[in-house]
Amino acid sequence: MSQTTVDAVADPRMTGARARPPIGSTGPLGWVRANLFGSWWSTAVTLLLGYVILRVVVTFFLWGVVNAVWTVPYSPQGIANTAACQNAKGIGACWAIISDKYRLILLGRYPYDQQWRPAICVLLFIGLYGVSAMRRFWRKELALIWIGTLVLVGVLMWGGVLGMPMVAEDQWGGLPITLMLATLGLACAFPLSVLVALGRRSTNLPAIKMLCVLYVELIRGVPLVAVLFMANVMFPLFMPQGVNIDKLLRIQVAIILFTGAYLAEVVRGGLQSLPKGQAEAADALGLSYWKKTAFVVLPQALRLVIPPLVNTFIGSFKDTSLVLIIGLFDLLTMGKVALSDAPWQSFSTEVYLMLAVIYFVFCFAMSKYSRGLERELARAHRR
Amino acid sequence: MSQAVHALPHMADTKAPPAIVLDKVNKWFGTLHVLRDVSLTVAEKERVVVCGPSGSGKSTMIRCINRLESHQEGRIIVDGTELTDDTRALDTIRREVGMVFQSFNLFPHLTILENCTLAPIWVRKTPKAEAEEQAMNFLTRVKIPEQAKKYPGQLSGGQQQRVAIARALCMRPKIMLFDEPTSALDPEMIKEVLDTMIQLAEDGMTMVCVTHEMGFARQVADRVVFMDRGEIVESGTPTRMFEDPQTDRLKLFLSQILRGH
Repeated sequence: MSQTTVDAVADPRMTGARARPPIGSTGPLGWVRANLFGSWWSTAVTLLLGYVILRVVVTFFLWGVVNAVWTVPYSPQGIANTAACQNAKGIGACWAIISDKYRLILLGRYPYDQQWRPAICVLLFIGLYGVSAMRRFWRKELALIWIGTLVLVGVLMWGGVLGMPMVAEDQWGGLPITLMLATLGLACAFPLSVLVALGRRSTNLPAIKMLCVLYVELIRGVPLVAVLFMANVMFPLFMPQGVNIDKLLRIQVAIILFTGAYLAEVVRGGLQSLPKGQAEAADALGLSYWKKTAFVVLPQALRLVIPPLVNTFIGSFKDTSLVLIIGLFDLLTMGKVALSDAPWQSFSTEVYLMLAVIYFVFCFAMSKYSRGLERELARAHRR
Repeated sequence: MSQAVHALPHMADTKAPPAIVLDKVNKWFGTLHVLRDVSLTVAEKERVVVCGPSGSGKSTMIRCINRLESHQEGRIIVDGTELTDDTRALDTIRREVGMVFQSFNLFPHLTILENCTLAPIWVRKTPKAEAEEQAMNFLTRVKIPEQAKKYPGQLSGGQQQRVAIARALCMRPKIMLFDEPTSALDPEMIKEVLDTMIQLAEDGMTMVCVTHEMGFARQVADRVVFMDRGEIVESGTPTRMFEDPQTDRLKLFLSQILRGH
């Protein structure tokens, strides 16, 4: 180490006047100078925006921390006395509503003493995402991990075995419902979308192609809200008497079909952008259609569409909140339920802020992961 | 219309059994007639070079031989199997026919070694270790065994094309098709690819090669076939074709490519 330093000093190129760029043109200071104060116009915008940002941050800090009400007293009957919050309204946040309602919002109307079960389910889902995100787990066993985890989630949520009392679906709610709808939705919609995209590109199976086009165009032409209403209200009308498919399942299928149509178009874009020579080379080597697709076409096509795929994933994750309108108790619905409690009715800002943070954490993680994955794959293949 | 000198299908002089027979093959792209009554027989171990101006149908013809393109009239028989819509016949033929493309078409997401072992493992059901050993043999033959762990994007064009040749050879084909294998290469890389092809020819591979490399044609071809506007105009030994062209179209073509060199 010291040897290098001595060499550097001894080197005339390093000690000479031209060895270093002018002071202030590199490093953080250089960046600030070039990007924030490059001209008088740029300086003016920087100062103006700096003032606005400072105002917002200070206001939020005063509202959210300094003047915030963290706890409220409760009457002997357990009813909250929110007078302190009412007095602080407009000046300080009422975080007491969060500490009062967070379990209701996150875990729904699940029996209070059994709420460790949905809580574990949430952790299981997060663990599942973590495992699936790691490339070294991308092998056949991952499918078993998924199936195992989902079965475990089902057992925990329903119960009825191992001394856990049975809990019906209408008592489920909050984050487990949201994660379930999103996870199962995407996990089933993605393979479906690949098949539909392949079908739509098929040249020698016109009937399959028609079917795929019809599916994508029909579903894409209808808002998700309408699809959910149809699954909830219309679908049971078409079923034979006595056949009653569970509401949660119907909604889950509706979400899968809806997401599948959008994802199919993204996957099709990837398939189309692949040079024709790749499939031809696979053909010339004698690979069958499915082997060609699995080993040559899809690995490349899907890599090309990671950004729009994740875009659709994030959109679908947030879209699960639309089940609010058909009365499924997902995270957003539970937020509204919490606000219907009389003493807390006027503190929606705090609750929605909390919900926003939860949604943001999941979506941001997806986005961050996809960028990392893109970089990693690009590094591996193009070095 | 036809100025063809040989009235008969362009036959090889050898007595060897035919590896490829094209019999009055016709093909249209929409209303465009791209192959007109193309008849050609390639004997086993014969090396045929196909040349002609761009748009003459030479690539289309070679792509018909392993059915990357399908023909609409006439018959194509490869290694004793006729090409039809029957997919089993097609699978058989594609195992026996290797192809090298102008744009290499290596699989960029797989390493060089994986490129070479994919088809042997999944089509020929060769055990992985054996497929890898065999792939290393062929990579050694094309003189790039040290690149086996790299990805195609890390190799030069000439190296990529040599990998493409090795990849095709790993399937142990009886026939090799080359579709302008040097056209996408920088001049200094053409030689290394041609050397590999010459070596292959010397080993007795049946080859059909679309190329403008007249030096290569002279050195290894048993026969040169000249195509223009979708038909075979003239064929013969390289010496006869280049020194004594019979048709005006070939004379014109030769004068054009010679001026270019």
